[in-house]
Amino acid sequence: MEHIRTTKVEQVKLLDRFSTSNKSLTGTLYLTATHLLFIDSHQKETWILHHHIALVEKLALTTSGCPLVIQCKNFRIVHFIVPRERDCHDIYNSLLQLSKQAKYEDLYAFSYNPKQNDSERLQGWELIDLAEEYKRMGVPNSNWQLSDANREYKICETYPKELYVPRIASKPIIVGSSKFRSKGRFPVLSYYHQNKEAAICRCSQPLSGFSARCLEDEHLLQAISKANPVNRYMYVMDTRPKLNAMANRAAGKGYENEDNYSNIRFQFVGIENIHVMRSSLQKLLEVNGTKGLSVSDFYSGLESSGWLRHIKAVMDAAIFLAKAIMVENASVLVHCSDGWDRTSQVCSLGSLLLDSYYRTIKGFMVLIEKDWISFGHKFSERCGHLDGDPKEVSPVFTQFLECVWHLTEQFPQAFEFNEAFLLQIHEHIHSCQFGNFLGNCQKEREELKLKEKTYSLWPFLLDDQKKYLNPLYSYKSPKFAVLEPNTVSFNFKFWRNMYHQFDRTLHPRQSVFNVIMNMDEQNQQLEKDIKDLESKIKQCKNKQTDGILTKELLHSVHPESPTLKTSLCFKEQTLLPVNHALRTIEGSNPADNRYSEYAEEFSKSEPGVVSLEYGVARMTC
Amino acid sequence: MDEIEFSSTGSGWGPRSEVLAVGWGNSCETVRWLLPRGLLNSCPAGVASCPASSCPFPSPRSPRLTLLESVLLLGPRPTTGGMEFSELIRTGRAQAKLLRGPEAPPLRGTLCVTGHHLLLSPGPQGTSDLWLLLLRSVDSIEKRVSGDSGTITLRCKDLRVLQLDIEGVEATLDIARSIEGLRLGDAWHFHPPERYYKRVARETNAWRLSEVNEDFSLCLSYPRAVIVPRAVDDDALARCARFRQGGRFPVLSYHHAPSGTVLLRSSQPLTGPQKRRCAEDEELLRAVLAGARPGAPGFILDTRSAQAAKQARVTGGGTEAKAAYPGWKRLHRPLERGRPLQESFVRLVEACGDLEQSMDGWLSQLEACHWLAHVKEALSTACLAARGVEREEACVLVHGAEGTDSTLLVTSLAQLILDPLSRTMTGFQELVEREWIQAGHPFQLRCAHSAFSHACPKHEAPTFLLFLDCVWQLGRQFPLSLEFGEGLLLALFEHAYASPFGTFLCSSEKERCLCEVRTRTHSLWSGLNQPKVRRKLRNPLYVPNPLAIWPSVEPQSLRLWQGLFLRWIRPPEPSQVAWEKVWQRLASKEKTEGCEPTSKPQL
Repeated sequence: MEHIRTTKVEQVKLLDRFSTSNKSLTGTLYLTATHLLFIDSHQKETWILHHHIALVEKLALTTSGCPLVIQCKNFRIVHFIVPRERDCHDIYNSLLQLSKQAKYEDLYAFSYNPKQNDSERLQGWELIDLAEEYKRMGVPNSNWQLSDANREYKICETYPKELYVPRIASKPIIVGSSKFRSKGRFPVLSYYHQNKEAAICRCSQPLSGFSARCLEDEHLLQAISKANPVNRYMYVMDTRPKLNAMANRAAGKGYENEDNYSNIRFQFVGIENIHVMRSSLQKLLEVNGTKGLSVSDFYSGLESSGWLRHIKAVMDAAIFLAKAIMVENASVLVHCSDGWDRTSQVCSLGSLLLDSYYRTIKGFMVLIEKDWISFGHKFSERCGHLDGDPKEVSPVFTQFLECVWHLTEQFPQAFEFNEAFLLQIHEHIHSCQFGNFLGNCQKEREELKLKEKTYSLWPFLLDDQKKYLNPLYSYKSPKFAVLEPNTVSFNFKFWRNMYHQFDRTLHPRQSVFNVIMNMDEQNQQLEKDIKDLESKIKQCKNKQTDGILTKELLHSVHPESPTLKTSLCFKEQTLLPVNHALRTIEGSNPADNRYSEYAEEFSKSEPGVVSLEYGVARMTC
Repeated sequence: MDEIEFSSTGSGWGPRSEVLAVGWGNSCETVRWLLPRGLLNSCPAGVASCPASSCPFPSPRSPRLTLLESVLLLGPRPTTGGMEFSELIRTGRAQAKLLRGPEAPPLRGTLCVTGHHLLLSPGPQGTSDLWLLLLRSVDSIEKRVSGDSGTITLRCKDLRVLQLDIEGVEATLDIARSIEGLRLGDAWHFHPPERYYKRVARETNAWRLSEVNEDFSLCLSYPRAVIVPRAVDDDALARCARFRQGGRFPVLSYHHAPSGTVLLRSSQPLTGPQKRRCAEDEELLRAVLAGARPGAPGFILDTRSAQAAKQARVTGGGTEAKAAYPGWKRLHRPLERGRPLQESFVRLVEACGDLEQSMDGWLSQLEACHWLAHVKEALSTACLAARGVEREEACVLVHGAEGTDSTLLVTSLAQLILDPLSRTMTGFQELVEREWIQAGHPFQLRCAHSAFSHACPKHEAPTFLLFLDCVWQLGRQFPLSLEFGEGLLLALFEHAYASPFGTFLCSSEKERCLCEVRTRTHSLWSGLNQPKVRRKLRNPLYVPNPLAIWPSVEPQSLRLWQGLFLRWIRPPEPSQVAWEKVWQRLASKEKTEGCEPTSKPQL
């Protein structure tokens, strides 16, 4: 709180970023310990979390006041005009301080209290269980086992404790291999394809330099390919551009020499590094932030930013990976430099293509937990949670989400979740409101005691599940077992709803999704009503036919039975209004129009009787 | 060469027996009725008869003629004479006996159903003539099946009753179904200007329907009747017409009831280098303002740049001088037209055909073709016009040079934004009819070639396609507010370029009258409004929206219309499957709502 000098400024104007007229909203700006809040004259509230602020700028003084521009990590950009310069300066300084914390303990998650008790919080953290997930994939099994080599984070600090390795790889081999890999990140299992018995493994680059080799590492790779009983050769995918990998050799790192490793097929896939990605996004945001942007400038800007090219590169790599497993039945080892950025992208997207479980809401959480959080994607550094090196910030995870979005666009029926789910996750990797994305690796998270001091995001998303459901999802369709996306260039589009999330004027004004969701809900309600009514009819009939059936059986041999049938009909018909009345009394919502329509339909219906007759007739035959 | 000639004296002719089949070598020069293989199944026009005296084509070399001919007379001439008639048709064939009432002897032969006719061919040994019936003359159809044969009873509009005994149950049902399907709507379905006038008249008294152009003497490209200010008489209109290019004097395009103001369209005034003026033209625009809400301002929206408008003076055109039209303010919004637009279209289609290109290549081609820039310009100009009418409560006159292209683009889009009725299935069809077809958009010239033609473009321009694309963008931004789906837009695109229907034929009302399009062809609207087709073209999620729909025209909000430009290129789109699922849901919703709840339980 010591950073806050002014807590309330009145008569602040909020400018519309894209409006060509200088339309603005006037209101009051509040500064709290965690948020910046703007309440306009219509009482509409705009909350901006301090942690979301990426950049605050004070522009040159104008006649109407002092402009303050705030750029957020969730791509919100707000443009305030504060009447007095001193207020503006105070707020500017406070925000500078508040948006960049030096210590984890000062982050919002450590003070956020959603009113849950300890056991609820713990339950929340246990929602995603990775051991359970590996069991789902079918490991441990005869070829793969859980290794305790990294139990105390001794071999690799940035890996999780539980690691799955080929059963034939002994501990010395693992230790030896880890010494030959950058940051000790030796090859481990990321995803196991049960039907193909093929595996996706991940690691960091080898410390091969120009000629160095490591027998243990060679053995470990051989063990991975032997763990695949169908195909003896395995792919080694270096997700970097070849030039980058070669440059790394000079620093004693590099890539696998195909001559030293038996049965490997080596492949570069050419995804650029975090710095290229950062500046690419920067360019993209510059272009689309332009007021009165022309179509030509937009497309040439989109092209020169290279953003969609990078997205396509990631997607192509994931497709290559999925194909190697599906078509060639080969295991694949993926790495980049350190194996926590591009490797995470490619492994997680590849698994998403292969396994429909990851396309469910819960499964997607598991996927993020596995390939990103546990394998040490440096969320805190990449998202700039703390005041740190700006060169470490990069939208790697955002790219992953965008790739997933492109898949949802191409396969609208294959995903249980919708775009809002992706946007919400993106919101929270930067919000520091929950503990999941704090820290850079599991070891760090344990040291921060996140599970005791903060809450997990996932249970909150699950509680809100309804908002994130894709109404078109058809989980049964075998068509969507394995996704084979088409990466022809025109399938890649600018993701407006991400990069212009808060620029409502650019959005479609009506949502098809909402309508379908509502329709579905109505349908379900109606179907429930039908079932209720049907079961009631059944009950009533059962009561009656218990008596009648015996009679009917007796009568069936006699030709007079039709008279009985008519009388039966008659009885059945008189019964219906009673039933109807019952239903109403029981208190179904009479205001629900659809119900009453339905009820009318019901009261005039005769087919019930007909079906009863059929039933009887069958029995007499 | 053998001549096949069918006389109209036979007793088997339908009421509209202009259905005349003339063999080649007949005296009629211009329209020959050939009977090739493809023609009978896809015969475009109702079948042509053409007494030489009323021949609409002044010269067989006129480009319009060749166009019409190509539409009317598809296919090559058969080279072998004397072949059995039914040989020419592949589908819908059966052995049948025709009973034509108690007096006439029954006819036996092969029965064929073609796109427009029912034919009974007596076979090579038969002595009697071939029998033809125009399907449009069938009023009702009844089928009965017994044993392995069936009977179809046709009751015709001329009160005749015909009975067909057909061998085979399947065949009977097939033929009955074909006849049922091909019978189409009754009258030539179109929306005359009177119809829109009725609506305007309910809303205001300031406008009247003038038939001053009854004989197309004032303006070749206007329809017979136009809506003009009540205060201006026909003589004044005649003088106005002389002051506007092509005689297109200002007429009402849309009356916006909530604000009491109007949208007008015309062509450029012929001010010329001497800055000519026309008192009647000035009077007309004054009357427009007087008829609107008192004090309403007027805007003249010129779809050319200020400079281009000025340059037009050299060739006799120009713009309204400010001093001469008090109360009217001029705005310039340059819209691309003509060849650059066609080139843009060609380049876009080219870019879409290249599947191998890199991300960067694709984006730069998308940028370089400028198509989406044209979409943005068209939409934002339409928004401007609509805003003038709705927000500024002003009268807006739109014109470019000829007033037959970008002018119509702007007025029709503005109406779609403002008028909820034009967003319904019928309303949109009326809008296309009124603002494009009747308003004299030269479809024959603009849509002569599409994007693949190697012919050097002369008059071709995809203005109508640009309109459809803009409508699609509107539909994407307001997915619940248009009653029709992408399907209707695609159908209109197809039919504007090549169509078995007559709706898009010719370039103006006058030509359509001369060619007797209305009596000799079918209307596209009847085709599209058959219940089955209509259902497919509907937007399942439509909810009437009484408000104006203001689209976002930022480049981030516009998208390439993949459903059109990548229609034949991309693999069957899963998103289409998703749409089908939406349809299913709708159907299941309808089913649940109308469900008989007692169908399931059985004892």
